[in-house]
Amino acid sequence: MEYINVIFQEVYKILFLLVPVLVSVAMIVWLDRRVWAFVQKRQGPNVVGPFGLLQSLADALKYIFKEIIIPASSNKIIFILAPIITMTLALIAWAVIPFSESQVLANINVGILYIFAVSSLGVYGIIMGGWASNSKYPFLGSIRSAAQMVSYEVSIGIIIINVLLCVGSLNLNDIVIAQKDMWFIIPLFPMFVIFFISALAETNRPPFDLPEAEAELVAGYQTEYSGMMYAMFWLGEYANILLMCALGSILFLGGWLSPIDLYPFNLIPGAIWLIFKILLLFILFALVKAIVPRYRYDQLMRLGWKIFLPLSLTYVVLTASYLFYFNLLPTI
Amino acid sequence: MKITRFLKTILMTDFIGGLLIAIKEIFKSKKTINYPFEKGKISPRYRGEHALRRYPNGEERCIACKLCEAVCPAQAITIESSERTDGSRKTTRYDIDMMKCIYCGLCEESCPVDAIVQGPNFEFSTETREELYYTKEKLLDNGDRWENILAANIKADNPYR
Repeated sequence: MEYINVIFQEVYKILFLLVPVLVSVAMIVWLDRRVWAFVQKRQGPNVVGPFGLLQSLADALKYIFKEIIIPASSNKIIFILAPIITMTLALIAWAVIPFSESQVLANINVGILYIFAVSSLGVYGIIMGGWASNSKYPFLGSIRSAAQMVSYEVSIGIIIINVLLCVGSLNLNDIVIAQKDMWFIIPLFPMFVIFFISALAETNRPPFDLPEAEAELVAGYQTEYSGMMYAMFWLGEYANILLMCALGSILFLGGWLSPIDLYPFNLIPGAIWLIFKILLLFILFALVKAIVPRYRYDQLMRLGWKIFLPLSLTYVVLTASYLFYFNLLPTI
Repeated sequence: MKITRFLKTILMTDFIGGLLIAIKEIFKSKKTINYPFEKGKISPRYRGEHALRRYPNGEERCIACKLCEAVCPAQAITIESSERTDGSRKTTRYDIDMMKCIYCGLCEESCPVDAIVQGPNFEFSTETREELYYTKEKLLDNGDRWENILAANIKADNPYR
């Protein structure tokens, strides 16, 4: 009997995390469109619900009732599996994100490694989708996307090494606590900028939205998808963007810590601070989408391999030697 | 030269400048309107849905001269006419195929008695194709419904005709 109780408790906890994440994904799509529209002096979605807040729910409802078209020449099993994998991988990474010292679903010791592994696996959903569609545009789009995500994953990994050098632990809670005195954005500011740009590339956001460059590739790997399967890709994409924002705020902006350790700010729970920081980063994401033109493919690769990789590697050496010279290396 | 360019790239000055402009634009007034709830201003010359007008005594203006039919570049207008008992020539049939129509306004310009006019209404989409084959009854009905606005528009446009 006892293990049933435990299972129920865990399921309850998972739902308590998953439902807010999915709802916030819907809200974030609205925010994205709204910010984009505002920069272009348009109104954006403002009809469904107050300020158009329920627009995403209306869209989701539409997607649910649309017919799912499976191309005759596609590999049906992989075709159906691809959006499921994308969305699942985008969501399970949230398990290790700490919302406060105790509010974390799985407080594992290798949290950052887990996130890194899961977000790397995200490429598979896209590759499978592009391959199984058996059509040229999805295929080219998925190849581009895979190359892009792999390239930028490398520099993100090295940026994370920078942070880990300062912390001495792979646990996300420890990373947050290590920023009690000073957020890592101050000593590692160049790394934060590179992390932000790499996160844009990692999540296929403009200016790195080459996989879905509509001028040349229709809609990239999503071309053949319709109905709920398309919506799942879309949900996974935005869940990934949120995850990258969360990761950025945990690694550089002090996660659930309040900006100043003073009386009125202390009382606000950590989760609110984290959400606030995620939102701040996301608004930056949305603003960037509104102002930048798309990169060319070779420029994208040059930026990733010839600029970001050497730059972040140099910074690793700098950080390590600084910490070693001044004997500041963290003790575990 | 090279060093300034290098610094510009490293410090991302262009990007930050663009970001600041974007943030400034966010707080400016919006240039679009909430269409179904607000509508933009329409010129008196606007060439929208057609209407056949009547004289104030209720008599149709159209004298079946067929100038509009002749001038119509899309050949969307079909007119048949006959002599009425009082000796005047009137249309028995006046059809406009609204899907052929290109809304050029030549029918309105050619009409010697201001009978066929294009009003300000542009929201006449239908669910079936058949509803867009406008007959004489429909056009006269339009004319009765929009008469006030149509007359005012013709008056406003008069100095320029």
